[in-house]
Amino acid sequence: MKEEIFISGRDIPYIDPFLNIWHWQIPIYLFLGGLAAGILFFASLYTILGKEKEMPTTVKWAPFLVPGALVLGLFALFLDLKHQLFFWRLYTTIRLESPMSWGAWVLMFITPLSMVWVASYLRELIPSWNWKFQWLKDAEALAIKNRKPMAWVLMILAIILGIYTGILLSAFNARPLWNNAILGPLFLVSGMSTGVAVIMWMSKSHYERKVLSRIDLLLIVIELFFITHMIMGSLAGSQAMIEAIDLFLGGEFTVSFWVFVIILGLIFPAALEILELRGYKVPIAIPAFLILMGGLVFRFIMVEAGQITRYLY
Amino acid sequence: MRYAMAIDTKKCVGCSDCVVACQTENNVPLGYCRDWITETVDGSYPNVEIELRSERCNHCDNSPCVRCCPTGASHIVEGGIVLVTHDKCIGCGACIESCPYDARYSHPEGWVDKCTFCHHRVTKGELPACVSVCPTKCMYFGDLDDPNSEISNALKNRKYKALAPEAGTKPQIFYLV
Repeated sequence: MKEEIFISGRDIPYIDPFLNIWHWQIPIYLFLGGLAAGILFFASLYTILGKEKEMPTTVKWAPFLVPGALVLGLFALFLDLKHQLFFWRLYTTIRLESPMSWGAWVLMFITPLSMVWVASYLRELIPSWNWKFQWLKDAEALAIKNRKPMAWVLMILAIILGIYTGILLSAFNARPLWNNAILGPLFLVSGMSTGVAVIMWMSKSHYERKVLSRIDLLLIVIELFFITHMIMGSLAGSQAMIEAIDLFLGGEFTVSFWVFVIILGLIFPAALEILELRGYKVPIAIPAFLILMGGLVFRFIMVEAGQITRYLY
Repeated sequence: MRYAMAIDTKKCVGCSDCVVACQTENNVPLGYCRDWITETVDGSYPNVEIELRSERCNHCDNSPCVRCCPTGASHIVEGGIVLVTHDKCIGCGACIESCPYDARYSHPEGWVDKCTFCHHRVTKGELPACVSVCPTKCMYFGDLDDPNSEISNALKNRKYKALAPEAGTKPQIFYLV
């Protein structure tokens, strides 16, 4: 038997008896960031492919949610800071080794750019909209003319943003559950899948929904594949990693992970989408909602569970 | 110059003097601590082994907290001491997540706090508060680059270990076993 205790007494807030310095703000932000990255990725992808007409919701309407999601996400991040008045310090340095610095700078660029993107479609959404000032009208014309280059930049930034939500966690070697290289791609794919779910839900065109639900099906399969890799990779790892992944394989988070993330969040919506492709009538809101719920729960579980895993000594 | 600390687990009695000295010296807020005592009990009666360790920030050579800090508030100064600049710290908690030793905490004023190796004393040639009060003299502090320093001598003649070296952090607190 081996037992380890603090005999000098230690009960530091958020650190003892187990770490929970990151609360609901972080998973909310990871969810909104991934969602925004997903929507922007497909909006720019279909712009580059020149399919604005066939995929109007993807390219034009769904991005209207992005600035809101990003601002809300940033606000959640701000709430998480403990020394809030110094938040601007993020923008006085560029630290290439720090994922959080990458994230802060990417958001600095992608948020305004997504607003410009949305603004360039505003008059299509509200035909009576008037920009009032001539310079705003000129700016709009410039944005509309440069949608393609803007789409390229947005697509690259969206990929960085989506991967970053995973790397933010996987870069912490001290938390064995997170310290898994597959987490970056996994969060990117999961974010894309939630983005597609939102677009699907908003779309009124039958053709667009069909294309999107095929993409979503593919993303879910990739996600399941990555999750399998995450579990296998950890099981093949050190004792600390085995004990970490055990939280999902019989430990504290087993039920929430398998029921809400794997079954209700991935397998069930995938089955519904297959049924729909086979010609059955399935209200699109059901798979879309389940995917969003699964994505959100997944991020909550990962952040919660990761923090209680640690090196053993 | 490379500051480091060696702690003799055979001499430590776990009195917590180092903890109190640190709290007093560094105005550590009530209910918090920058160092603490861990007791590891291994085996069962009658074959029991107890190890007592005074733990704190390991001032790692490859410090994950410095690497992940988005503002550069966590930094390394001369002698390898890891410090936090209060008015650069935004309190994001990344360094707290990154530390395998759970040596950092969020100070009630917002910034992240931890052991400084008593940087303010060490630069004046004094010993860290914890080392200076130890009643069993089980803690050694000094410059690893100097072969004649107290710590270099302590590590020469004894077997020692560091905590979680597999985390790759190159910790600089050594436990004589």
